[in-house]
Amino acid sequence: MKTIFEKSVPGRRAVWFEPAREAAPADAVPEGRRRRTPPRLPELAEVDILRHYVAMSQRNYSIASGPYPLGSCTMKYNPVVNEAVAALPGFASLHPRQPAATVQGALRLMVELEAALCEITGMDAFTLQPAAGAQGELTGMLIVRAYHRARGEGGQRTQVLVPDSAHGTNPATAAMAGFEVVAVPSDRRGNVDVAALRARASERTAGLMLTNPNTLGVFDDGIEEIAAIVHEAGGLVYYDGANLNPILGVARPGDMGFDLVHLNLHKTFSTPHGGGGPGAGPVGVKDFLRPYLPGPRPVRLAAREGQEEYGLEPPSESSIGRVRSFYGNFLVLVRAYAYILAQGGEGLRRVAEDAVLAANYLAHELGPDYPLAYDRRPMHEFVVSTAALKRETGVRALDLAKGMCDEGVHPPTVYFPLTVEEAMMVEPTETEAVENLDRLAAAFRRVAEIARTDPERLRTAPHRTPAARLDEARATRHPDLRYRPGLSLPERDPQAAPAGAAAPPA
Amino acid sequence: MSYLAHTADDRRRMLERLDVADVSDLFADVPESVRLGRPLRLPPGLSEAALVRRMASLAEANRGTDRLVCFLGGGATDRFIPALVREVVGRAEFLTAYTPYQAEISQGTLQAIWEFQSMMAELTGMDVAQASMYDGASAVAEAALLAASATGRSRVVALRSVDPQSRAVLRTYAAGRGLEVVEVGDRGDGRADLDALAAAVDDATCAVIVADPNFFGVIEAAPEVAEVAHRHGALCVAQVDPVALAVLTPPGEWGADVAVGEGQPLGIPLAYGGPYLGFFAVREALVRRLPGRLAGATYDARGERGFALTFQTREQHIRRERATSNICTNQALLALAASVYLASLGPQGLREAAERSLALAHAAARRIAALPGYRLANEAPFFDEFAVRAPVPAERVQATLLRHGLLGGSDLGEDYPERRGELLFAVTEARTEEEVDRLVAALEEAGA
Repeated sequence: MKTIFEKSVPGRRAVWFEPAREAAPADAVPEGRRRRTPPRLPELAEVDILRHYVAMSQRNYSIASGPYPLGSCTMKYNPVVNEAVAALPGFASLHPRQPAATVQGALRLMVELEAALCEITGMDAFTLQPAAGAQGELTGMLIVRAYHRARGEGGQRTQVLVPDSAHGTNPATAAMAGFEVVAVPSDRRGNVDVAALRARASERTAGLMLTNPNTLGVFDDGIEEIAAIVHEAGGLVYYDGANLNPILGVARPGDMGFDLVHLNLHKTFSTPHGGGGPGAGPVGVKDFLRPYLPGPRPVRLAAREGQEEYGLEPPSESSIGRVRSFYGNFLVLVRAYAYILAQGGEGLRRVAEDAVLAANYLAHELGPDYPLAYDRRPMHEFVVSTAALKRETGVRALDLAKGMCDEGVHPPTVYFPLTVEEAMMVEPTETEAVENLDRLAAAFRRVAEIARTDPERLRTAPHRTPAARLDEARATRHPDLRYRPGLSLPERDPQAAPAGAAAPPA
Repeated sequence: MSYLAHTADDRRRMLERLDVADVSDLFADVPESVRLGRPLRLPPGLSEAALVRRMASLAEANRGTDRLVCFLGGGATDRFIPALVREVVGRAEFLTAYTPYQAEISQGTLQAIWEFQSMMAELTGMDVAQASMYDGASAVAEAALLAASATGRSRVVALRSVDPQSRAVLRTYAAGRGLEVVEVGDRGDGRADLDALAAAVDDATCAVIVADPNFFGVIEAAPEVAEVAHRHGALCVAQVDPVALAVLTPPGEWGADVAVGEGQPLGIPLAYGGPYLGFFAVREALVRRLPGRLAGATYDARGERGFALTFQTREQHIRRERATSNICTNQALLALAASVYLASLGPQGLREAAERSLALAHAAARRIAALPGYRLANEAPFFDEFAVRAPVPAERVQATLLRHGLLGGSDLGEDYPERRGELLFAVTEARTEEEVDRLVAALEEAGA
């Protein structure tokens, strides 16, 4: 379809403003600093702007379209009531510099959310400031660094241990916090290889970053020993909360030996992913790390005349400093709190149980072409390897995924974790009814069948989607990263065969 | 309420299929010793009706800009948001989609990102903009990291007139990478002290960071700052106000190498500070050092133009510890909001919004300066924010304004001890002449 720039007609317009009754003085903007060439923003009538975006939205798959079993992403249903409460003017219209007396409800909400997160994770205090999981990780790693510095071991503890199956954000974060990354291999069961960990833990260890259940979807039952090894070496143990969903109300990082955690509120506590964000990545710590938290933090002050009062507490002297402006992604916090209130303690445990049940059920239904990479009971997600199917048919996991798009469902995550050949990582989440799980399983089995009967169809898939397979190599070789009149790619490739020649197979 | 789908019968049938007696058997790998063994101490779940009541009561315990007239600025701006923005952003197809890794079924999101990149590049006058950062503050910090890796140097010089929160986040990020941050003050009138700057910038400097307009609202000597940076081979990082760019020469024209900023003024609610939108644009030569996502146009197998994420080898999921940044989740939905905002206003509407802000702010400043005991803190050109010295303490002014239903005058002394008692006001196009009258009258009362 055309871009909004290609629909632009000079002089067309939608929103306008009355001029002020009194114009600004002629010299308000200094000579030489007045913009002479207006930005080439699109000019359209309002109805055509609406139609443009509606047409684009129709070229998107979303949770509102169907199941979304992307492993490690926790694409559960996003309750629409959360959108309604986040839009309440009492939340959405607050200026972050308003006096505390005018934002008591917002402060109270954050204090109560923090308490709920402490209970859920077994931590003692949280900062709600980090804007996403990766920023939470950075906050956590900077706390680790500050802790060692305060103990006079900052210069010595330069290494962060990261399992080879970890999310890419873990090593990237450790590097951003100034640490050297030391990879720890997995053992045959998909756990951290304890002997290898022991060999790498030393007086240079600042900490270990770990998800549990891990990215292979299995619960590392050696967790207590792992934590003990790192602690004995003098390091801290960091919990990446990406996979908190299946242990809600079942087990808590704080009880497993973790010293600090980040949560991905947008995953576990269900803020819609918005095509890539926003999220929120609060960081929780045990008491001894509290002084390092960023600030200011919302707190409950002493009750005045029987009325609870809330305020903002400045950070301590030892704080790592700010990681984000103001108090974080507040409206994501509102949604997370609404989600927790709606579920209640028992409901959260039900979430964990149904998430694990769904993953186990789906893993069981996929059939022999999708063997588990590790023959263990999965938790909320599981990793299969299609290496055997590839050897037999030449069809790659990527092609299977593109084929699933033609089956009308979203494919799983592919090629992650990097330690599994032809990996597919599947996370159905707790909100999909059993019919949807059956539909997903049928799509998996169907593409495996096509891999045998018509592999070419998969190699050129998808065929029934808004766009056919995109030439990503071309996007890199000939970067076209913005609209430039006369220079940007035309709507149809002049080199391509006439439209219709490459019609999709029936 | 429950968002779960299974009935008791569904669960029983699924467990039977798995040949498992009880759902607790699925958790066998969780050692007994780390199990919680008790229910979470959280209140029982609420019905939707009860949930809405509870959330509404928390919301009603606040008095926001829907009930008070906002003259606050300082990193968050109360601008008019066209209805079209919420209409589009609320569409479930945009709202509930994941990051567009499967390009063929994510063309809506990808094209929206590419159009956002185009609009931000146009607005800033830079070559390429990426798909979004968390906020303006982290964008400043990441710009410093980019400059350090591009130049191989480790000294950052920031003007103190750059937003204090952005400088705070910069210091936090810089500590991680071992960068030194040096700050340079103003001449007392809010404009950069170019002599002090020239003395601070040396051949070890990777970046000079300037805000235009700066935190005091002042239109900076930005081109001169860029010149000082370039003289020593440092990059000039500009933090800019996207709406002001309708009337001010953009950073791409006056020599910035990296343009970043807070995108909240572009159709994003104040929301007590977030979610907001960081934007990040660079000159062509720096494209491969950009943090975060980038969409590019390409062709599909049918020869139709489409869009895909590109240059992903910069990113953490491929490059791991050698990535340009650890950023993964960004602020995509807010970037969509900004695009719809900019499309709705177009070049003319944006210009009108900026001109109206400029005019109302100047009228307000002139009248406030004429009140007994009041004067403008800076004798320098400004856009739509300005600092005022009052004859009475800041708290008294703020309290009087609040009594009259007005929010305004954040105390600059919180971040600049030498400016204690100076009050920062923002007057945007969302204000009216009548509201400015109320502000002036309330200030007069407070000063009496």
